Amino acid sequence: MAVRQGGTLLLSGEPVIRSFAAVGSKMEQEGPLGSSFDLISQDSAFGQDSWEKAEAAMQKKALDLALQKASLSPGEVEVLFAGDLLNQCISSTYGLRDLNIPFLGVYGACSTMAESLTLAALFVEGGFASLAGAVTSSHFCSAERQFRFPLEYGSQRPPSAQWTATASGAVVVGWQGDGPRIRAVTPGRIRDLGITDVNNMGAAMAPAAADTIARFFQDTGAAPEDFDLVVTGDLAQVGSQLLLQLLQREGILLGGRHRDCGLLLYDRRRQQVDSGGSGCGCSASVLCASLLPQLQEGSLQNILFVATGALMSPTAVQQGESIPSIAHLLWLAAGTEGRK
Amino acid sequence: MALTPKDYQQMSQEASPPSNTLKNATMAFLFGGGFCALGQSLLELLLARGMERDEASALVSLSLILLSVLLTALGLYDRVARVAGAGTLVPITGFANAMSSSAIEFRSEGLILGLGAKMFSIAGPVLVYGISAAALYGVIYYFIL
Repeated sequence: MAVRQGGTLLLSGEPVIRSFAAVGSKMEQEGPLGSSFDLISQDSAFGQDSWEKAEAAMQKKALDLALQKASLSPGEVEVLFAGDLLNQCISSTYGLRDLNIPFLGVYGACSTMAESLTLAALFVEGGFASLAGAVTSSHFCSAERQFRFPLEYGSQRPPSAQWTATASGAVVVGWQGDGPRIRAVTPGRIRDLGITDVNNMGAAMAPAAADTIARFFQDTGAAPEDFDLVVTGDLAQVGSQLLLQLLQREGILLGGRHRDCGLLLYDRRRQQVDSGGSGCGCSASVLCASLLPQLQEGSLQNILFVATGALMSPTAVQQGESIPSIAHLLWLAAGTEGRK
Repeated sequence: MALTPKDYQQMSQEASPPSNTLKNATMAFLFGGGFCALGQSLLELLLARGMERDEASALVSLSLILLSVLLTALGLYDRVARVAGAGTLVPITGFANAMSSSAIEFRSEGLILGLGAKMFSIAGPVLVYGISAAALYGVIYYFIL
């Protein structure tokens, strides 16, 4: 059973990541991780006639692939945690409606992969499910029309803006297997240091990431040196810099261990993504296309995966509210296969 | 010492690279000026061909609107605007782009509640305050003269 230490839950059973898959589109293919995706769709509409349907199809594809890779059928998955950025999380509900898997919808903005994976791991750890799924996605085109402007509208972005990834990631967690393990989870606290600029999400989310990371080290007594990498969700360039500054104030030095999915997914010099990538699909696809494969083969042994989310809505921002943010942390370790 | 929101906003401002104002202003000047020069050339051409000034002006506006809508429909306007900024936003082409891009985007929600209603989601405020301002100036003009 899980042991609570402060705000961190140590999972003594160490649930196993049985399978995972990442789906992306053109921009993601052109990025540094392009060749690591399980599926790249050149057609960003995924053969559908609306962007919402496209995202739903993409999310289903990611889960289908994850199940296929482990020769599992949907009927074997006992519970599914999923969410996305769209109102009422329709990419998840419409995309996954035909699968007949008990469904628990979650919303954590861009932190959704960490949130759903935390819940899946806890369900397995607690013995409530022998196989649990975590899925999320984001689509540049569906996010733009909901949060910003029509696609063809001519506007200029400030350098701190981020690019919503058109990507999805799916993870299946279970008991048996030699895949990567989930050793601990630290659910995040909502942080808000008064950032109101929706074109600077990295700055809004950095305090949440710093808070969760600092609490994890405090709870467990571990130090940054115990990990190969500390990977944040989508702080991008601006947020990453702020995170390191905030942690330094707490006496925590990540050194060269920090990576950010928003900076791993795209190449800022070649691709016009301004500060970097964002969206639920950003951290989810980097996890499934790059981090988990490295944990599986053993080139990474221990990492902290800290997906970050800006919990705002266009309505709240228009009413002058600042942007509350959250970051959930998972300690992931190499499986028996890749363990040194 | 706990970080106050005020301190953090300061930190955040320092970490966020500013927009390149000089480059943006130069591009806006060149592209905006380019659109206006194009309009002016067309006007001169039409006048030289013997068209009345009123009619020629209207035709120039219509031509620029058509050009903007065409570029929007071909997916080129937003690419130009990314570089041109205010240069594509301020002239009449920006207004046409705001209307047509919304019309294209929300077509998927139907002709009435999608295209029809949301076509004005960006251009609406311009219409409301533009027309209100015109009415207000009209009243002022009436009383002064």
